[in-house]
Amino acid sequence: METKSIDDIENEIVEEFSLFDDWMSKYEYIIELGKKLPLIDEKFKTEEYKIKGCQSQVWLKAEMSDGRLIYKADSDAIITKGLIALLIRVLSNQSPEDISKTKLGFLDKIGMKEHLSPNRANGLMSMINYMNNYAETFKAQNVN
Amino acid sequence: METLELHKDISFDLNKLREEFPILNESINGKPLIYFDNAATNQKPVSVINSIKNYYETINSNVHRGVHTLSERATTAYEGAREKVREFINAASIKEIIFLRGTTEAVNLVASTYGSMNVNEDDEIIISEMEHHSNFVPWQMLCQQKNAKLKFIPVNDEGELDIAEFEKMINERTKIVSVVYVSNSLGTINPVKKIIDIAHKHNVPVMLDAAQAAPHLKIDVQYLDCNFLAFSGHKVYGPTGIGVLYAKENLLEAMPPYQGGGEMIKSVSYDKTVYNDLPYKFEAGTPNIAGAIALGSAIDFVKRISYENISIHENKLLKYANECLQDIGGIKFIGTAKDKASVVSFLVDGVHPYDTGTILDQLGIAIRTGFHCTQPLIEQRFKLPGTVRASFAIYNTVEEIDKFAEGVKKVKQMFL
Repeated sequence: METKSIDDIENEIVEEFSLFDDWMSKYEYIIELGKKLPLIDEKFKTEEYKIKGCQSQVWLKAEMSDGRLIYKADSDAIITKGLIALLIRVLSNQSPEDISKTKLGFLDKIGMKEHLSPNRANGLMSMINYMNNYAETFKAQNVN
Repeated sequence: METLELHKDISFDLNKLREEFPILNESINGKPLIYFDNAATNQKPVSVINSIKNYYETINSNVHRGVHTLSERATTAYEGAREKVREFINAASIKEIIFLRGTTEAVNLVASTYGSMNVNEDDEIIISEMEHHSNFVPWQMLCQQKNAKLKFIPVNDEGELDIAEFEKMINERTKIVSVVYVSNSLGTINPVKKIIDIAHKHNVPVMLDAAQAAPHLKIDVQYLDCNFLAFSGHKVYGPTGIGVLYAKENLLEAMPPYQGGGEMIKSVSYDKTVYNDLPYKFEAGTPNIAGAIALGSAIDFVKRISYENISIHENKLLKYANECLQDIGGIKFIGTAKDKASVVSFLVDGVHPYDTGTILDQLGIAIRTGFHCTQPLIEQRFKLPGTVRASFAIYNTVEEIDKFAEGVKKVKQMFL
C-alpha cells in the first residue's frame, strides 16, 4: 500500500477542518481525535519517554521500521492528545528525510497556531522538537 | 448592567469603577474579556497608568543626587511614595521601607544577607508546604549552601497550616521562619500573628510573603510584629518591576548590603567604600522611580476604595463562585480553608486542567492552570497534575462569574 506524502496528508487535514465554521467545532473534532488515539503501552509512560516542558504529561516513542519512522505518543490532556494524533497522522510512517524537511504548515492553516507558541506549556512545541530530533538522528544514522 | 442590586453592600458604583480600568474593554476571541487571573497580576486603574505617563512627561529625572529643580521634584515624588508605603503597612519609619523589584527580590535579599549571616551548618529554616517558589527556592538555595535543613509546616487537606505541628518543629536550631500570608494557589489566609508570636517566644525572626495579602487585606506590620515582610506592586493594582521589603530597623542596620553600586554609598575611594544610611543602603543603582510613584498611586486607589469594600465585594464573589461551581457538580475544590481570600482552585473531575483552561480561554475567560508556582504543594502534597485557578479582584462581577460557570458546564459537555 502506497503511503501518502506528508504534503498530501496535511492537505487532507486542512480540508477536513475547513468544514468547521467555528472554534467550538474544531475543538470538538480535536477532542474526538484525542479520545481515539491509541494509548501508548504503560511500560513506555516513564521519565525516559516523557517530553519535558509541558503542563500536561506527554510521552513519545519513536522507532525505525523499513526505512520509515514510526511514532507512538500519549498525553493526559485530551486537546494535547488530539493535536498529537494529527501530528502522528502527518509524520508517522514517513522517512526521516521527509520528516526533517516539513514545516508543518497545516497547524497554522487549521487555526491551531496559538498552540504553537513556545510560551504555551502544552507540550506541542516540545513534541515537534523531539519528533524532529528523532528524525535528524535517524537521518544521520542512515547517511552513515 | 443591573449590578447595583446585587452589590448593594458596597459603598461605590461598580460600573463606574470598571470604567477606570480601560483593559476591561478588550475582547478575547471575539468575546468580552473576563479577567479572573488577578492572583497572577491584576489590572491597573487609569490613575496608576496616568501617574507613569505623567512622571515621564513632567518630572522625569534621576533622584537624590541632582541639584536642579526637576531632580528635586522627582526625588520628592519618589520619597513621597515611600512615605505612602510606610503609612500603608503602618511601618514605624521610612528607614524600614526598601524599594526593589518585587517579592522575589525581597526574599532573595533577606536570604542572601540576613540568612547568610545567621544560618550555619545544621541550622534550620522553617517555611511551609504551600509556599510560592519565590519564598521557597531562595531558602532551599541557602540551606544547600550552608548545609542547613529546610523544614516545612504541613498543610492539611483543607489547605490550612498545622500550627500545632509548627510549635513542635521550632527549636534552638531554628534561625528563621518564612511563611506566606495569603496562599496564591489555595486562597488560604494564614494565622500569621499566631505564627509570629510562637516564633518570637523562641527568639526566631519571621518573614512574611505578603504578595497576595496586599490586594485583599490591610497589612499592619507593627500589630503583626513581623521582622520582615515583602509585597509586589503588580499584585495590588500597581505596575510590574516595583515591590517593597519591610524590615525592622535594627535588623537592616546589622545586615550587610545586598547589591553594591551607586546610590547605596556615602563615599567611595580606591581602597574603601562607606555605605549609605537606611533605606538607601539596600537600593543600589537608579531605582524604578516611575514604578514607585505609580505604586503610590495604586495605594491611593486602594485607600479610596477601602479594604472594607474590597472584603465585602470579594467575599461575595468567592461565595457566589463556590455556589455556582457546586451547582454544576463534578467539581473538586482545592483549598477549602475557613478563612480565604477570593481565589478558587478547582478541577472538573475527569478533565485535565490544561483542557479546561483552553476552552475557557476560547470563551474569553482568563484563568490560570498548572502548579501556580507552588509545584511541591500541588504535585507532591495534593498529588494533582495542576489545578484551574480563578482569582477575583475589585472590578469583577457576578455576571462574569455566571459566564464562567456556563463555560465550566461547556467543558463538562465537551470532554465527558
